[in-house]
Amino acid sequence: MPAIDHAEATRLWRLMCRIRRFEDRVHADAEADRLEGYVHTYAGQEAVAAGVIPLLRANDWLTSTYRNHGHAIARGVPLDAIAGELLGKATGVSGGKGGSMHVADQALGMIGAMGIVAGGLPIAAGAAFAARYRSEDRVAVAFFGDGAVHQGAFHEALTFASLFTCPVLFVCENNLYAETTAVDYHLLAGSVVAMAEPYRIAARRVDGMDVLVVRAAAAETLEEMRRDGRPRLIEAMTYRFNGQYEGDTQTYKPPEEVARYRARDPLGLFRAHLSSGGIVDERTLDAIDDEAAGEVASAFVAADAAPWPVAAAVTADVYTGDPVEAERS
Amino acid sequence: MTRELTIKDAINEALHQEMAADDRIVLFGEDIAGGAGRDVSYPPAADAWGGPFGVTKGLLGRFGRERVIDTPIAETGFVGASIGAAVAGLRPVAEIMYVDFIGTSFDQLLNHAAKLRYVYGGKISVPLVIRTVTGAGFRAAAEHSQTLYSLYTHIPGLKVVAPSTPYDAKGLLIAAIRDPDPVIFMEHKRLYMQRGPVPEEPYEVPLGRARIARPGTDVTIVGVQKMVHTALAAAERLQAEGIDAEVIDPRSYSPLDTEAILSSVRRTGRLVVVDESHPRCSLATDIAALAASEAFFELKAPIRQVTAPHAPVPFSPVLEDAYIPSPDRVCDAVHDVMAERR
Ligand SMILES: Cc1ncc(C[n+]2csc(CCOP(=O)(O)OP(=O)(O)O)c2C)c(N)n1
Ligand SMILES: [Mg+2]
Repeated sequence: MPAIDHAEATRLWRLMCRIRRFEDRVHADAEADRLEGYVHTYAGQEAVAAGVIPLLRANDWLTSTYRNHGHAIARGVPLDAIAGELLGKATGVSGGKGGSMHVADQALGMIGAMGIVAGGLPIAAGAAFAARYRSEDRVAVAFFGDGAVHQGAFHEALTFASLFTCPVLFVCENNLYAETTAVDYHLLAGSVVAMAEPYRIAARRVDGMDVLVVRAAAAETLEEMRRDGRPRLIEAMTYRFNGQYEGDTQTYKPPEEVARYRARDPLGLFRAHLSSGGIVDERTLDAIDDEAAGEVASAFVAADAAPWPVAAAVTADVYTGDPVEAERS
Repeated sequence: MTRELTIKDAINEALHQEMAADDRIVLFGEDIAGGAGRDVSYPPAADAWGGPFGVTKGLLGRFGRERVIDTPIAETGFVGASIGAAVAGLRPVAEIMYVDFIGTSFDQLLNHAAKLRYVYGGKISVPLVIRTVTGAGFRAAAEHSQTLYSLYTHIPGLKVVAPSTPYDAKGLLIAAIRDPDPVIFMEHKRLYMQRGPVPEEPYEVPLGRARIARPGTDVTIVGVQKMVHTALAAAERLQAEGIDAEVIDPRSYSPLDTEAILSSVRRTGRLVVVDESHPRCSLATDIAALAASEAFFELKAPIRQVTAPHAPVPFSPVLEDAYIPSPDRVCDAVHDVMAERR
């Protein structure tokens, strides 16, 4: 693993714990039927969000997907605003309009979390185009899954970004499945990296379970992009620990595969590295983890207690300037 | 006693029976079998899913991966390929997992499936079925809850059906599969578990024929798919007040059984249309316009439309509940049209 100092290590560890404890809570709530709607958790993939997003600058752009909780937490969206959104409360980051599949905070440069597979890629490319056009020193990052690479939107976004020199980083979180469909069944190119090369986009595949590996690759890639203004692609090999969405029985996953990836839990790997390397001791790691669990618990307490949106909000924000109509009496 | 099935199982049975009878039928869609690429290493994965709602469960086990084909997430590819396969002698049934995803393949339907026959002077047929899932009420937010009936109905060359009962789900799907033209078959996610009588043998419910879901004399309520049930619930309450509502389920939106709707409106003189879609350019406006232009002098009151607002579907339970037309709103609309004395 690449080197890391104590301060940076504890920051990353805290972030990964926040994501995991948040998703643990979401998973438990979903199992207990306390959450409504479609919920896709990020557990198992923490090293990708934690490896990339903290390296971004405050003015960089992001797009995400329905599997967005990890990206939102890494970008600094407050946990109670995410929990509030998941419960559909007025305090949610979008006032309850979007729910779990659309958690994004535009104040933090998150343009959106798209429910349509590959929907965010061309949009991120366009944000990067605007940055170049306006000579702004900022990049865009689009997170997407392995299943997205057969969409026209993937190919058209890569072409656009490469042809028009857009500083956009395409981050494919290859978690081996698109819903129940195994990546080795559909990915005829053999890798997502191989699909970027024909578009003259430099691409690399990394171990997406190792946060320091992801971080080193992302740091180098972002530096290159900020220098030459060209798009790049990172394919992070990872695994989702829960179902495609909460409630998925996951019968398509071979048990030995699950065990193999559980043994490479990104939190477990990082923890072992930090404690065995004498970078952060076990007690500190545990204390941080407990704090993260506490923050998550209080975020849900706040969300539970928060008010519902007013019904009149249904027709607000369809167009610019639409107010929340005064409630009819 | 007639056997009862859910809509989900009625659709499943229709697919089983038609596929057994006609080997030209192949199914395409994402995870419609499930576990593609894992059959060898992990046999139980085969057929584990049957799509996110389990509608196509069991078909893989019976018909194999040659005919129940899990596609990559590439709707333009498999919808377009279904058109080509249909032209070349197969009878594909393709699934767009949620109607909201139609944008990714719409060109193939809009410009090719719908127009091939006409543009080439009737020399080519596209016997294709697109099954897709509609509807709000699942807390599935803006990109997984739309209905979009009118988007398809607007296009000449496409047929559009949207059943609200298990009997119609089976019969309309069989008719759609046997039909020589492209048919969009819309399944409402909140109706999948709706139970009702379904004959065991295969049968067709003809496309373009409406159904009187409840006979009545005072007012005609036309419901669009799930809104048929909302209209029926309203009709029950209205009965208690002495208002006898007739509920019409068009079931088929293209072609539309205009005669059934008009003859009911001519009898009752009052019309309320209930549609879960946005109000503009909707089935509600279409049906209202039909009655206004063809039965104007028989109408005793202005037509009322009960629809969702001109807004995307919100996630929050309180917002979504306010969004979807309710029996209360239907009753209010009926009270309005009944108040008119002419
Ligand atoms: C255009 C489109 N088709 C289908 C879907 C349904 N769907 C949602 S997620 C998903 C699988 C995506 O897999 P992948 O891109 O690998 O992302 P992951 O869920 O593994 O993070 C599918 C098919 C969709 N949302 N959009
Ligand atoms: Mg995936």
